[in-house]
Amino acid sequence: MKSTLKLPIYLDYSATTPVDPRVAEKMIPYLTEHFGNPASRSHVFGWKAEEAVEEARAQVAALVNCDPREIVWTSGATESINLALKGVAEFHKTKGRHLVTVKTEHKATLDTMRELERRGFEVTYLDVDGEGLLDLDRLEAVLRKDTILVSVMYVNNEIGVIQDIAAIGELCRSRGILFHVDAAQATGKVDIDLGALKVDLMSFSAHKTYGPKGVGALFIRRKPRVRLEPQIHGGGHERGFRSGTLATHQIVGMGEAFRIARLEMGAERERIRMLASRLLAGLREIEQVYINGSLERRVPHNLNASFSFVEGESLIMAVKDIAVSSGSACTSASLEPSYVLRALGRSDELAHSSIRFTLGRFTTEEEIDYTVSHLKAKVAKLREMSPLWEMYKEGIDLDTVQWAAH
Amino acid sequence: MAYSRKVIDHYENPRNVGSFDRNDPSVGTGMVGAPACGDVMKLQIKVNEQGIIEDARFKTYGCGSAIASSSLATEWMKGRTLAEAEKIRNTDIAEELALPPVKIHCSILAEDAIKAAIADYRRKHGLAPAQDDAAQARKVA
Repeated sequence: MKSTLKLPIYLDYSATTPVDPRVAEKMIPYLTEHFGNPASRSHVFGWKAEEAVEEARAQVAALVNCDPREIVWTSGATESINLALKGVAEFHKTKGRHLVTVKTEHKATLDTMRELERRGFEVTYLDVDGEGLLDLDRLEAVLRKDTILVSVMYVNNEIGVIQDIAAIGELCRSRGILFHVDAAQATGKVDIDLGALKVDLMSFSAHKTYGPKGVGALFIRRKPRVRLEPQIHGGGHERGFRSGTLATHQIVGMGEAFRIARLEMGAERERIRMLASRLLAGLREIEQVYINGSLERRVPHNLNASFSFVEGESLIMAVKDIAVSSGSACTSASLEPSYVLRALGRSDELAHSSIRFTLGRFTTEEEIDYTVSHLKAKVAKLREMSPLWEMYKEGIDLDTVQWAAH
Repeated sequence: MAYSRKVIDHYENPRNVGSFDRNDPSVGTGMVGAPACGDVMKLQIKVNEQGIIEDARFKTYGCGSAIASSSLATEWMKGRTLAEAEKIRNTDIAEELALPPVKIHCSILAEDAIKAAIADYRRKHGLAPAQDDAAQARKVA
């Protein structure tokens, strides 16, 4: 049998994506040939670089339907989120000191909120339902007169669920509260229309959408105008919002990546949806598998599954031909079970047994089929080794067992 | 996380996976850990009339280091008397497998499992802890 399959198979596209070869090709001349500083106004080297930066800004704006002047370059989504949250909090602190976010947000948001708490702000962390979705009534109930900002992610990085950004935006706008959206995992996956969405700030990353690492952007709405305190000073680049010489080649890469995303998103999403349902059908042939997060309000790129009675880290070690993660890359160094899955109300045992499969542009049907058969064999082997599986098969309810927690 | 060669070897080729009948009088069973913590180890020993562990089995729910620690524990217990097996320390397991600091708890769990299996066997036979098991076994027989 002829096979083009190359191992290991990359199914961790939500951690990062490869740079699309078309993007890399476009970037290279801006390292060597067109190396000018876009802030140099006195010669052609600078003009050429500035032209490229502005073209990229227009391409990013086009993907999300906003004005290019509303896009500020940053070093990535983490910096964008820091600028949005700290910038708004510091600017509006005389108006109010209360911020709202969700327990399943990325650490870039949660850790920034913790820092704001240390600076004297008050933060409400909302629960989600069992599907991972934020309930609008629950949000409305915690909004106060002194609430200045709500921050919710568009697409969750661990479980891929899509929050109702349009409805949250309407609610916030009607209360005069600023609304920030972390869209790092959303670009190229869902249609984003900032012309219609009542979103005031939106954070973007290049490297989750086939662009390079080290570059991102923050959307800052002009109408109605959003004001925030800059966090990095020196030179007044980006209309004073973010100083520092622009990384032209990175920016060009992000622009090209977002241009390709806009053109190819529709077809790509359908192809990935087909692959994801193939993967899902395969996983469902295994006993005692649970899918984490809503299957309806979800990007097809993400499938997060818990394999009962098998521990996640050992499963990842077993499926060494497949590059997957047990939750987000940012927290995989810790031994704690996923805080996102725990927020869904999953038991610690199931949270410990989860694997995140994220598919992308270069995933093939053959890779999915290999993944399913590889996984079936490894889950079976680990269950053969699992005392919990043995007890389950003997009909013992594990919840009734008195465990000695350690 | 990078695992040591020995952890990978035990993980990929685990020794003595399986179960004995826990009601068999010659079998001692120890189960330690909790699913919520991400590790559960079940270790079983089969003790002959001379008070020597002639066979051992394990089943473990946990990470690669936990599986390797229990696999190694079964290897080391075989052929020892209960008193000798009881002397296996978590530090020896951790050293043999070159466990990183965050995985030391796996070796501690393995030591606990060894002790629990021995204690279970002794309980079945009315033996006091840490006595000369062979002599005790002869007396009982």
